[in-house]
Amino acid sequence: MTASAATEAVPAVVAADRRRARRGAGWRRRLTVLAFLSPWLVGFSVFFGYPLVMSAWLSLFSYDLLTPARWVGLANYRYMFGDDPQIWPAITNTLWLVVFAVPSTVLFAFGIAMLLTRARRGAGVFRTIFYLPALVPPVAATLGFVYLLNPSTGPVNVILGWVGIEGPLWFNDPGWSKPSLVMLGLWGVGTTMIIFLAAILDVPRHLYESAELDGANAWQRLCWVTLPTISPVILFAVVLGVIASLQYFTQAHVAASVAAGSASQAGSTANFEIGYPQGSTLLYPILVYNHGFRDFNMGYASALAMLLLVVAFAVTAILIWSSRRVVHYQGLSR
Amino acid sequence: MTTVAHADAAARPRGLPRAVRRRRLLVAIADHSLLIAAAIAFVAPVVFVVLTSLVTNRQALSADIWPQPFRFENYLDVFRDAPLWRWAMNSFIYASLATIGLLLSSIPVAYAFSCLRWRGRDAVFLVVLVALMLPPQVTVVPLYIMWAKLGLVGGLWPLIVPNWFGDAFAIFLLRQFFLTIPGEYLDAARVDGCGELRVLTRVVLRMGKPAIAAVALFSVLYTWNDYFLPLLYLSENPSNWVTSIGLSQFRSLHQVQWNLTMAATVLVMLPVIVVFFLAQKAFVEGVTLTGVKG
Repeated sequence: MTASAATEAVPAVVAADRRRARRGAGWRRRLTVLAFLSPWLVGFSVFFGYPLVMSAWLSLFSYDLLTPARWVGLANYRYMFGDDPQIWPAITNTLWLVVFAVPSTVLFAFGIAMLLTRARRGAGVFRTIFYLPALVPPVAATLGFVYLLNPSTGPVNVILGWVGIEGPLWFNDPGWSKPSLVMLGLWGVGTTMIIFLAAILDVPRHLYESAELDGANAWQRLCWVTLPTISPVILFAVVLGVIASLQYFTQAHVAASVAAGSASQAGSTANFEIGYPQGSTLLYPILVYNHGFRDFNMGYASALAMLLLVVAFAVTAILIWSSRRVVHYQGLSR
Repeated sequence: MTTVAHADAAARPRGLPRAVRRRRLLVAIADHSLLIAAAIAFVAPVVFVVLTSLVTNRQALSADIWPQPFRFENYLDVFRDAPLWRWAMNSFIYASLATIGLLLSSIPVAYAFSCLRWRGRDAVFLVVLVALMLPPQVTVVPLYIMWAKLGLVGGLWPLIVPNWFGDAFAIFLLRQFFLTIPGEYLDAARVDGCGELRVLTRVVLRMGKPAIAAVALFSVLYTWNDYFLPLLYLSENPSNWVTSIGLSQFRSLHQVQWNLTMAATVLVMLPVIVVFFLAQKAFVEGVTLTGVKG
């Protein structure tokens, strides 16, 4: 639609000229497109297509990198769905992130963005304060939070102690380790917050004005003007959040190893308990990593990867389907 | 005094009952107090981390938060205890080679997805998006085997080379921006006899500078922060460790207290913060580009 509008805008002579030239040089155009696409075509085949197919193939083998691969058929999948004691904890922990961490992060980001739109003075300073933590390297941020929340000398429990509350063990308590990770995530909410802020500021003023004329109060304006207008962005944030939780690795891995290291005075993190404490931070990607690269069960890790592929693919399909229906590209398609 | 009062009265809608005005004022204060409280909560972790990085070894074992005395030598001790420069150097090599390759390979691809017209373009672009969404853990096992067979595990190449063949996120972001360049500019250049490569270098590269800067920044940031790939490929070879992996092992490996660990943490955060303040606009623009126009 936009394409035809664009050609109409060009004088008819030029358009006819272009049409003739295009017909003549069709194969050249195709070659040009291929040439421009070539880096991605190579990269996509070698670093994505090939490993994807190989993963499916490998999942039917038992392979440890050192001895030749041995065909085991569906045994990996049978173990996965039948006997693996770690897979259900890993799936439920990852689901926990999807159900609790994603909504709280999105809500928090929206809340901060709403607060920022009302800031009269120093909006720039506030925006910087809320955005910066998102840039802090995850390993550094995680180390910082493991320290802040450490039960013995951590400032959070010290301050809680001043007001007479005995703080939890945070990263060392199986019930609190995931909420601690959520707190870390809320601190790094800046990227989502900026996206919301831009969307809220983009809401046309006249919508608010007419709502106000109709006697809508602030709460009603939020519910009937702001939220519907930015709903595509909220959806975008939710689905990106789900995808991020499916691959959530760094923070959980670092937090578990550092917290386990400080709990055992020996301090060695080389062989710390997986998903410390008590498997509470054993997430699906960590399970894949452990099977593949600590135990070198390449075949079984591939089988686990296949399940992750199916789930991630489903989520992505939902994203693309819904964005096509809901998100309007403001004159962006050409 | 009177002028101030006058301006104040003019700025406000006149004729409102006093109660309404007072309520609005209270609401405004409430709004800002929430904002200020949230800001304090966001700054506090950094303040505590910095304070802890300045306490003595003995105080690090206690629950005292305020350093008595301040011990700035901690920052020198970090360099003595751990090969921080080598980690930073490796991170720098990773970041620069990956980013240069990523830009050189992704820009033409993004151009093909935005400024060239061909059948099936949008369908193929969906494939790019799918590749962007899938977790890296899905493809990591065969890739690791591939690099192991090439004898390159333990070096930086498995981290760097994939970036030379187009990065899905960079392609996505650049395409979004290139689409906003009015088609008239491109057609004008073509009418003047420019080939597509010249249209790309003469028009799109110049007009797309903000997006290219944002992509470069994100790539540098991503590589500096990356933990999963270094953990996978570099764990066994400490001489090639990058900052993220070194920092994660710092406390256990060097048997140090929280004060030195926090000093190392601050040192790893610092370059990112500095880069942010140098290139604030590009960052915010880039983030907005991914979200709103996607």
